[in-house]
Amino acid sequence: MGEVIVVTSGKGGVGKTTTTANLGTGLASAGQKVVLVDTDIGLRNLDVVMGLENRIVYDIVDVTSGNCRLRQALIKDKRFENLYLLPAAQTKDKTAVSPEQMKVLSDELRTDFDYAIIDCPAGIEQGFKNAIAGADRAVVVTTPEMSAVRDADRIIGLLEASELSNPRLIINRIRPLMVKHGDMMDMADILDILAIELLGVVPEDESIIVSTNKGEPAVLDRGSKAGEAYRRITRRIRGEQVALMNLDIPDGLMNKFKKLLGLH
Amino acid sequence: MSLLEFINRMLGKENTSSKNIAKERLRLVLVHDRASISPQMLNKLKEDLIRVISNYMDIDESCMEVNLSQDDREVALVASIPITRMKRDYSVRS
Ligand SMILES: Nc1ncnc2c1ncn2[C@@H]1O[C@H](COP(=O)(O)OP(=O)(O)OP(=O)(O)O)[C@@H](O)[C@H]1O
Ligand SMILES: [Mg+2]
Repeated sequence: MGEVIVVTSGKGGVGKTTTTANLGTGLASAGQKVVLVDTDIGLRNLDVVMGLENRIVYDIVDVTSGNCRLRQALIKDKRFENLYLLPAAQTKDKTAVSPEQMKVLSDELRTDFDYAIIDCPAGIEQGFKNAIAGADRAVVVTTPEMSAVRDADRIIGLLEASELSNPRLIINRIRPLMVKHGDMMDMADILDILAIELLGVVPEDESIIVSTNKGEPAVLDRGSKAGEAYRRITRRIRGEQVALMNLDIPDGLMNKFKKLLGLH
Repeated sequence: MSLLEFINRMLGKENTSSKNIAKERLRLVLVHDRASISPQMLNKLKEDLIRVISNYMDIDESCMEVNLSQDDREVALVASIPITRMKRDYSVRS
């Protein structure tokens, strides 16, 4: 019996789709049978990030409304035999799917796959309610910015109110240099405020943009720092204890100088 | 970054750094978000409290403090209300 994990955030553009693609690909490369579900109806993106945009025939609304069977709508990944995508509908409305239909779909996915990773739309409306309806556990993505953390807090409250307690947090787009200069909240600050369990920290990394350009998730790129962060997150999802990545930057001249003067 | 900020940071006084400002602002805004109570509502609550309590004792309104306090995921209403004089209670205790 597999697990359905929903990736949420509240604020848009903080990295839900990036996380879904990398986590799913990471799990598949570890031999798990995985399906990625795009529930961002009208703003389909996961297909592009996965590099599968040319293969879509049916979508999630076709499945939930009985237009086709699940198997017909699933798109097989280019790289992994055991990785599939269920794309979002692009021309329909968010209300084309109901929470009840999502529960039914999740039950079916749970029996066929080890993991179903659901990419949630931004916001707290219908699309969010649909995405979380059938999930077993939730991941909350935020960036180290006030507005994103505030929205994450709201999402955590809503998840807890709907029986998805103990969501785990991914802090994305950390910029170590800004943290070091005191211009960006760090992991400890955000955990202190949100008071939930940490799943991982992902640095700001240009390789994410390059990998999106190519349609190849960064988790497969051995040279990518964000990829390394997602490899660790993948292992934690499977229950392994994995140390956090070291994002510290070596002391610059100014710090060495301050240390010398005993100011640090 | 102003010169003063820069000097403060050089001296390791981190309190003026923008992340600390963000953290403090966030902490405050979340208290209200979580309790879903606005500053206006808090003021109304304060007025209501004064009205009710004044039936029983005289209080120093100028020193009265009513705030939401947050710890972990819980929010508590904490009131500090200095009493200046108790009213006489002549009712028979049973
Ligand atoms: N760690 C990172 N480093 C650099 N760029 C990143 C990182 N994470 C995400 N991005 C970029 O940020 C943008 C938004 O990411 P993504 O689409 O994953 O967010 P989202 O939460 O799914 O957005 P939406 O709410 O619109 O669905 C993308 O252009 C992505 O390439
Ligand atoms: Mg997205």
